[in-house]
Amino acid sequence: MNAATDYLLHLADNALVLGQRNAEWCGHGPILEEDIALSNVSLDLIGQARLLYQLVASLKGGNTTEDRLAYFRDTHEFRNYTLLELPHHGPLSGYAHASLDYGTTIVRNFLYSALMALLWEALEKSANADLAAIAAKSLKEVRYHLRHSRDWLVRLGDGTDESHIRAQAALDHLFPYTQEFWAHSAVESAAVAAGIGVDLATLQADWDAIVDAALAEATLVRPQVGGYVPEGKNGIHSEHLGFLLAEMQSLARAHPNGSW
Amino acid sequence: MYTQSFNVPDAPGGKTVPLAPSTEDPALQAAFDARIDADGRIEPQDWMPEAYRRTLVRQISQHAHSEIVGMLPEGNWISRAPSLKRKAILIAKVQDEGGHGLYLYSAAETLGTSRDQMLEGLHSGRAKYSSIFNYPTLTWADVGVIGWLVDGAAIMNQIPLCRCSYGPYARAMVRVCKEESFHQRQGYEALLVMMQGTAEQKAMVQDAVNRWWWKCLAMFGPPDADSPNSAQGMRWGIKRISNDDLRQKFVDATVPQAKVLGVTLPDPDLKWNEERQHHDYGQIDWNEFWETVNGNGPCNKERLATRVKAYNDGEWVRDAALAHARKQQQRKMKEAA
Repeated sequence: MNAATDYLLHLADNALVLGQRNAEWCGHGPILEEDIALSNVSLDLIGQARLLYQLVASLKGGNTTEDRLAYFRDTHEFRNYTLLELPHHGPLSGYAHASLDYGTTIVRNFLYSALMALLWEALEKSANADLAAIAAKSLKEVRYHLRHSRDWLVRLGDGTDESHIRAQAALDHLFPYTQEFWAHSAVESAAVAAGIGVDLATLQADWDAIVDAALAEATLVRPQVGGYVPEGKNGIHSEHLGFLLAEMQSLARAHPNGSW
Repeated sequence: MYTQSFNVPDAPGGKTVPLAPSTEDPALQAAFDARIDADGRIEPQDWMPEAYRRTLVRQISQHAHSEIVGMLPEGNWISRAPSLKRKAILIAKVQDEGGHGLYLYSAAETLGTSRDQMLEGLHSGRAKYSSIFNYPTLTWADVGVIGWLVDGAAIMNQIPLCRCSYGPYARAMVRVCKEESFHQRQGYEALLVMMQGTAEQKAMVQDAVNRWWWKCLAMFGPPDADSPNSAQGMRWGIKRISNDDLRQKFVDATVPQAKVLGVTLPDPDLKWNEERQHHDYGQIDWNEFWETVNGNGPCNKERLATRVKAYNDGEWVRDAALAHARKQQQRKMKEAA
């Protein structure tokens, strides 16, 4: 295990996988302004992923590149939170299909942005100066993502009866996945010990406060959690990541010697 | 990106613009004509003939629809873009098209028609959009070729619109053209890189050029002789250069670019004519063009159904935003009372 590169890959995979998911809305948004906004969020996330992969590539050396890391690792090598790979709809098996649900999209972006607004701020003080610089840039972006998703969470929760039901359903579906934020991981512990990473336990109370205040305004009920704790950050994923990567990586893998 | 030169009438039955009571006052008409003749700008608050207003609404809304339908063929490759850099470029590009749609709908709204009315025209199949988007994007090279040729053709059409007599449209087009030029260069650059790559990649580029070349020539609209709306559009300063002249300009500009790229344009009749100082080119298949304009191309039904689905699926989201805004307003009024 390498404390720095494993931790950076976790952050990078989070950004790429959610960026890939959010880009699915491009051309299909509920209103043109939101189509553009979601594309913007996706662009920010892919930009963050690129910077982090480039940093990993420079640390690993050899022929590693950002694209080798994004396109030529398999499912079990990805270290993103399981929350971020789920499709934009309620619980369904990996090969089942349903329409994109904006409620799911908004709730997920909110839960993740609330975490990253805290984490990027803390990572500005990382002992790794490159990571600290990426954190400073990403913090500006995620504050916008948080404001965007929080505003919509409130609109959906405190909108019509239908939007309230949909937002609550999305919250009930996704909230248990946030348990993974707080679960122990050897990679995070090693990064904390090396002064590179941040102990998420120190952020939990602030995250709870951000979430509870928004849910109260949105007239939504915070679900009770328990039971299965996802382990995407340890490489054990849902059925959905395999499909996401199969699609994302297909062209690059069909032409492994291609130049793009 | 966008569209043929708007000589295509929408299907009958539309009433995007309510007919105003006839105010074709000779003095107002004379002032309008004088401003057009002096190459001046018409602004939203100015008097204008109803036919001028209707033509502009039709043209600008067709253009806006083309932008948002045009997001679909390229959006098709976002999830599979072969590198992170190309993925970011493509998302940004498709997002730009959405932005063009947004400010074109806004420009059309200054003529007294709402975005909802215009979208209703699109969704009912009454309003047209550029036929070029009714063809499929089959490989990644299509993304580059659309940037190079489709956006290239669009720019040829659009540059003159920056001098269009209607102010809001002309100003929107200045910004659109800047972004389109950037897209065209990005598309061409992507193809240049692929042409330095493997044999499979080069074949992919040539195949895409073969499939898009003739469609791009048709984007300029029917030959001038068969283009009934053109003369009036020229008179009003909405249209500045004829379809055939723009098409010729596009062919002449593209031939040397194809040479640098190392691809063959699929037209055995394409050659330099010393006498005309232009390239001659072969016959465009207008039957195929009109079939596609009239709804029978390979992707017409898919494109329209996808737009309609996105709109219908998003209704509950738009309703929620409106309901929440109303609640907020009521709370504020209660507090003030």
